[in-house]
Amino acid sequence: MNATQRRRLLLNRAILILSTVAAVIGLVFLFWILTTLLIKGLDSIHWRIFTHDLVEKGLRNLIVGQMILAGVASLIGVPLGLLAGIYLREYGLNSAFARFIRNLSDVMMSAPSIVIGVFIYGILVAPVGGFNGWAGSVALAIMMIPIVVSTTDSMLSLVPQELREAGIALGASKAQVILTIVLKAAKIGLVTGILLAFARVVGETAPLLFTSANNDYFTLNMNQQFPSLTVSIYQLATFPDKPSQDLAWAGSVILTALVLLINLTTRYIFRKRKSK
Amino acid sequence: MFNRLFRLSSYTAALLVLVILAGIFGVLYYYARDAIHDFGFWHFITTSTWEVGEDDEGGVFGGLIPILGTLFSTGIAMLFAVPIAMGIAVFLTEIATEKLKAPVGIAIELLAAIPSIIYGMWGLFYFGPMLQRLFGGQSNSLLTAGLVLGIMVIPFMAAISRDAINTTPAVLKESAYAMGATRFEVVKDVIFPYAKRGIIGSMVLSLGRALGETMAVAFVIGGVFRFPHSLTQPTISIPVLLANNFAEAGDLELSAMFYMALILFGISFITITIAKFFFLKDQK
Repeated sequence: MNATQRRRLLLNRAILILSTVAAVIGLVFLFWILTTLLIKGLDSIHWRIFTHDLVEKGLRNLIVGQMILAGVASLIGVPLGLLAGIYLREYGLNSAFARFIRNLSDVMMSAPSIVIGVFIYGILVAPVGGFNGWAGSVALAIMMIPIVVSTTDSMLSLVPQELREAGIALGASKAQVILTIVLKAAKIGLVTGILLAFARVVGETAPLLFTSANNDYFTLNMNQQFPSLTVSIYQLATFPDKPSQDLAWAGSVILTALVLLINLTTRYIFRKRKSK
Repeated sequence: MFNRLFRLSSYTAALLVLVILAGIFGVLYYYARDAIHDFGFWHFITTSTWEVGEDDEGGVFGGLIPILGTLFSTGIAMLFAVPIAMGIAVFLTEIATEKLKAPVGIAIELLAAIPSIIYGMWGLFYFGPMLQRLFGGQSNSLLTAGLVLGIMVIPFMAAISRDAINTTPAVLKESAYAMGATRFEVVKDVIFPYAKRGIIGSMVLSLGRALGETMAVAFVIGGVFRFPHSLTQPTISIPVLLANNFAEAGDLELSAMFYMALILFGISFITITIAKFFFLKDQK
């Protein structure tokens, strides 16, 4: 072996080791976070936090509130995102307008979530005169739209062109083809996209801080300040007393479990389809 | 009839994306106009005072410190995250055995889905105090904020880069190996050039996330209006300024907050647009 070869092999070795070390460092940090969360969280979870509201040191109203905020956001954001995605793939395709909207939607996906909160404050809080649940849901809906647009766009692109042509040949209108054939063929992909969008916004805090704010009491009235698990975690964690911090950890582990459960479910649905 | 109605409503929904984006700029500008009028642009971004006047009326507001805090914390995050995320991506595609690939890959993807507030809390209670023991200074500091941000974007960046690297055709790699290339040479001269667009794209998306991230930073940056003379001192970023002070702000201060939000949105908009134009334009 000459010197050049030896140098190449040595460099190769060094880089491979460095790369493995980098991977190990990254994984160590990430597992440190997860184990801390599990230990602190499971330690602080008791049955009573599911049956009491924040005012009595429980999380019941917050969990229900967070789900309602994200649920209503889905009712607003999902249909709009689906429709826009359908337009991009089925009508606009590669037209200048469709490409423009596609790019804008990607930019919107990267918009800072706190800016969306400030925007909604400007149109749904300041004019009304107070924080309210609707504002929180609309802020989350705005975060969902670009995610649903992008998954719809790419899922519909996987539907074979022949299916559409067959529908047209049978005399169906374009709307009928889309609604009864294309959407059906892409169903599983669309559902997973929607679930992932839900999982993404259900853990958001920043857009809720000054839209729906928070509420210590149980409420289903979206015209008033609305209870939020994430906003409460933010407030509780910065309190100096241990019971508040424990409650924050309990909330965090519940939130993370929910988000990971949705992610694992979508993974399962997707795998099942592939194996069929 | 229904056919046309359906087309029209889907067109309207697509147009809504444009309307919302334009609406964000418009509304932020509308509320910020008092501050823009009073402080101008250059003056605002080069002033480091943020002081409410007597009786909560007026005051002097400048965005220099939060702007620097945002840029510095994002910079530290990227310096820390890029090498580690690339290491993980290369490890997952070229080094790990088949048995390791799937579980580690899934773990990384799940970690990317964890809400950012969790990273912030961990930084506040565990990582910050550890950094303080190691480097001195304060537990909540620019350094803690940057590193927590970096750790937060690592799984996201690694997962996208791995997918990009996986698109490299096996034939290309095999021909390089057949010529006697080492594994590092294959990564450097075959895989990176081929997957360049996707890899840079993953960095840009992570950069965008780090710039606008609120919760992971809010816990650990300290939130004080002060220029950090060393990495271990606390400061503030634009999202954290908004998260902490927005709800209690008086008239002119609120206008200055909207101005800050407008600037943050502008920075993120320009970053993503430039990146899309230069690196991602050939994507479908």
